[in-house]
Amino acid sequence: MQKTYYDPADLKKFSKISEWNETLGEKFFDYYGKVFEEGALTEREKSLIALAVSHTVQCPYCIDAYTGDALQRGITKEEMMEALHVSAAIRGGAALVHGVQMMNKVNKLEM
Amino acid sequence: MTQKSLHKRNNQLAQSQKQLEFLANGIFKTGELPTFKNKLKDTGIAPLTANTLEILQINVGYMCNQVCEHCHVDAGPDRKEIMTKETMLQCLDVIKNTHAHTLDLTGGAPEMNPNFRWFVEEASKAGIKDFIVRSNLTIIRANKKYHDLPEFFKNYNIHVVSSMPHWTQGKTDKQRGKGVFNQSIQALKDLNAIGYGMPDSKLKLDLVYNPSGAFLPANQSAMEKDFKSALLEDFGIHFHQLFAITNLPISRFLDYLIASDNYEDYMYALVEAYNPQAAKSVMCTNTLSISWDGYLYDCDFNQMLELPVNSKVKHISNYNEDLLNGRTIVTSQHCYGCTAGAGSSCQGSVA
Ligand code: SF4
Ligand code: SF4
Repeated sequence: MQKTYYDPADLKKFSKISEWNETLGEKFFDYYGKVFEEGALTEREKSLIALAVSHTVQCPYCIDAYTGDALQRGITKEEMMEALHVSAAIRGGAALVHGVQMMNKVNKLEM
Repeated sequence: MTQKSLHKRNNQLAQSQKQLEFLANGIFKTGELPTFKNKLKDTGIAPLTANTLEILQINVGYMCNQVCEHCHVDAGPDRKEIMTKETMLQCLDVIKNTHAHTLDLTGGAPEMNPNFRWFVEEASKAGIKDFIVRSNLTIIRANKKYHDLPEFFKNYNIHVVSSMPHWTQGKTDKQRGKGVFNQSIQALKDLNAIGYGMPDSKLKLDLVYNPSGAFLPANQSAMEKDFKSALLEDFGIHFHQLFAITNLPISRFLDYLIASDNYEDYMYALVEAYNPQAAKSVMCTNTLSISWDGYLYDCDFNQMLELPVNSKVKHISNYNEDLLNGRTIVTSQHCYGCTAGAGSSCQGSVA
């Protein structure tokens, strides 16, 4: 059998995290549940944010989960891809903006 | 998108027995997932029994002008099963004597039954409170002879319930066929134009949403909000309620699940989302389904799987409400589709 670090079946076992520390686990899942409830943002908007962020943090479980969640909510693939480009733009921008640090350092060190 | 029914393609899943075998094997046989019967037992709900009859659903034939990818009826232009006038007369006798408050005509495209209009006229005299016709919308635009259907529906105060998988063309056409979206939009405009679905109108127009793929529907009221704003903004269309329905793993949807390698994950998702509250209110507890040839089933899904009612009375010709009330419902793994999340029935969520 092919072995990989990530097993899609592990996503279903996520709640088992609480077994080794019930107090903190439950606090996390309570918090998680509350975060995704409708508030100033709709659940749909939160789902798109989660999808974008899951790509930023490159979590395959979250990507699977929030792709499914987005489909369930009737979010179109065009909307999903746009959200992803926001994530890519921020990621790319974050790398580039550090270029200023590089430039500062070069300017300081170079004669 | 599928061009032909499973029957026409000689697909093995055209046989209900094959579908049942498939559903009973694999992950259910190995015990990896509990069978529906055991799940009901474990949650203290077994056996499911029929309460007082409220909804009489009549399937007047499997012929349809569409061949939707997910169709649980395996309907299409090539299906010839059509309810005869003789069976309709037997149904009318029952409609006149039943205590059910809702009559629900379905198909296929029920309008394609040659005696459809006559049957509606006769049945409407029986004084049923809510007379539903499940219209796929495109039939209204399909052919000149159907263009006046909205007026016809209006004359009999028919409650129109229509499927609409999404408010965008891409998703709708993918599931229901090329051109379906534009035709559906036109049909909705025709219905709106004579008062159907308008905010204070008594002419009821509801939409049915079912997911266009191997995932469950999201919260019904949130979906309704999104559908309403998108259809109004983009096309000026109004409708009353949205019913969110889960795709049950039978017939063409089962074929799709297997072919796309989604079957196991989908069944896991259904079982994981099992909701005992929804299980207490599944539609078979207050509905009876009558097939085109007059046989009685707990629901349209059981009809397609050829699982007849568990009662001495099997056919409309010897219908007896007292004998049918209290019967044990016939269930199998497909029933998980009715009990997932907020539950799913012909009227949408139940829990
Ligand atoms: S319109 Fe309805 S009955 Fe016809 S093929 Fe589509 S899902 Fe089946
Ligand atoms: S599939 Fe039919 S019998 Fe099974 S729970 Fe749903 S309505 Fe009842």
